[in-house]
Amino acid sequence: MSDIGFVRADLVPAKPAPNRTSGAMAWAQKNLFATPVDTILTLLGLLFLTWIVPPLFNFFIGHAVGPNGTVEECRAIDAGACWAYIYSEMEFFIYGFYDIPQQWRPNIVFALGAMLFVPLLIPKAPFKRVNAILFLVVYPVVSYFLLAGGVFGLTEIPTEKWGGLLVTLIISVVGITLSFPLGIILALGRQSNLPVIKTLCIAFIELIRAVPLITILFMASIMLPLFMPQGTTVDKFLRALVGVTLFTSAYMAEVVRGGLQAIPRGQYEAGASLGLGYWQRMYFIILPQALKHVIPGIVNNFISLFKDTSLVYIVGMKDLLEAVKTKNDSALEWQSANTATTGYLFAAMVFWVFCFSMSRYSMYMERRLNTGYKR
Amino acid sequence: MTEVSATTQDRATPHMTVSKTNVAIEVIGMHKWYADFHVLRDINLKVMEGERIVIAGPSGSGKSTLIRCINRLEEHQEGQIIVNGTELTADIKRIDEVRREVGMVFQHFNLFPHLTILQNLTLAPIWVRGIPKAEAEATAMHYLERVKIPEQANKFPGQLSGGQQQRVAIARSLCMQPKIMLFDEPTSALDPEMVKEVLEVMISLAEDGMTMICVTHEMGFARQVANRVIFMDQGQIIEQNEPEAFFSNPQHERTKLFLSQILH
Repeated sequence: MSDIGFVRADLVPAKPAPNRTSGAMAWAQKNLFATPVDTILTLLGLLFLTWIVPPLFNFFIGHAVGPNGTVEECRAIDAGACWAYIYSEMEFFIYGFYDIPQQWRPNIVFALGAMLFVPLLIPKAPFKRVNAILFLVVYPVVSYFLLAGGVFGLTEIPTEKWGGLLVTLIISVVGITLSFPLGIILALGRQSNLPVIKTLCIAFIELIRAVPLITILFMASIMLPLFMPQGTTVDKFLRALVGVTLFTSAYMAEVVRGGLQAIPRGQYEAGASLGLGYWQRMYFIILPQALKHVIPGIVNNFISLFKDTSLVYIVGMKDLLEAVKTKNDSALEWQSANTATTGYLFAAMVFWVFCFSMSRYSMYMERRLNTGYKR
Repeated sequence: MTEVSATTQDRATPHMTVSKTNVAIEVIGMHKWYADFHVLRDINLKVMEGERIVIAGPSGSGKSTLIRCINRLEEHQEGQIIVNGTELTADIKRIDEVRREVGMVFQHFNLFPHLTILQNLTLAPIWVRGIPKAEAEATAMHYLERVKIPEQANKFPGQLSGGQQQRVAIARSLCMQPKIMLFDEPTSALDPEMVKEVLEVMISLAEDGMTMICVTHEMGFARQVANRVIFMDQGQIIEQNEPEAFFSNPQHERTKLFLSQILH
């Protein structure tokens, strides 16, 4: 059978892919009206939107009372959101009971934080090392003395007075920056060959993970003083910080451990056979790869920590959500049907903006770090 | 079995001298167990400086485990392993000392995928030997040229072919300027077309007098480069001899069976 034989005379050159149809009509036809069922679903969807969008628009914008509105307008029968209340209470939402003439101090802390933190997030910004040291070492010290005062002629302002967004941000930033390294250490400890370290790490992780955050904060505020000698107290704010940090670090440890398990044994062995020590292997070879695998899980924990800060009301701190809930004298003056709702909406929007930013940034980071596996 | 060109063979032999006095590796009465399974049994092996040893044997015979014991990627339970005069014990300092002087090339390359080729090569010299970055990079480029891929220095391992990756892995070990090189089936995971380029690098290393132990199924390589072939089965050294005698006149029944299976 000679027709089995074949020898190619010319190699086939690559040619461009066929053109795809484009344009709004083509898109709509493909995605919205491809089949009768699709068409019905599209129409139902449109119907739903016409039903839900106008009332929402009216509440948020159409009938809403703008920043310069009055209480009376907010109390009108068909009034929407009472933004005027948010505007007039903004200082309380941001600083809590922090003394009004001293509010420049948190402002400096906010500004410094932004100046140091934003360049850290931009990969191309120079002086990363100096920047990181300033942000992680110098900034917390400066911020503490600025906020708490009691030195350099600054009035002392006890942490009980701190509140609002200030507290939410401090707990989140401190919690995130401390729980991340702590979680890595715990994860490495859990994989350690040394039985004592391994047992301690497992015990810590399993204990903390099995208890709700509320319970930990509650223990910190009610139980801790019972064990302490008479007359000594630990600042409530500090207790909340420690509680949130330890809680998150236990979760972080398990996420990081997941990443460590994804690294093939050959990577550890290649590092070892080159004579790299344990910490060098971890720092240069294992962790950069492991952490990259678990960025979504890590950011998940950061976001959940950010939202969990609202639980510090348990120890009597007034974070953003608690500040919105607080009925102080000026809040009572703004009493109307929609005031509380508007307050909660505002808190929700602030939380959403922060959490969504974290989420977007992590997606950007994932894309950027993907280079190593490029084929 | 890839045959390497005759010209390389002619070049190879004259330079390869074995020291009569200096012992590189000495394994004495060594046993190893994985839990209850006795993987290595009464291993006795003396490797002089400049020796090129090929270890062959069926899979599961303990050949890889043996060379992994030599840089303590695996722990032995009985007997002694002495490398460059340092006995391997649980002492981390001694283990690191041995690992600095013993390079290892793995079946699956094990390059660091998140680092560029150049970073792969300079990491250990910089952080283990404390060599300045510029100097380490110069050395790295020297060895990349030696394995004939200097143009890949700034790529990532995932962008290279298997043969190129394995050559980078060899260069990475060489950058530490080791006294001994261990090869754990370096060509088994490669496409057939790429085996030769890796073997050529290994041959040129042998020419330079490097002490080498290779676990491999490349019998052509063994014939040409090795001064001793060791045959293992069931965790034991069954037979060892010079390649010529080993291949033409095997003594043990198991060796004969093995050779008849692989040399078709």
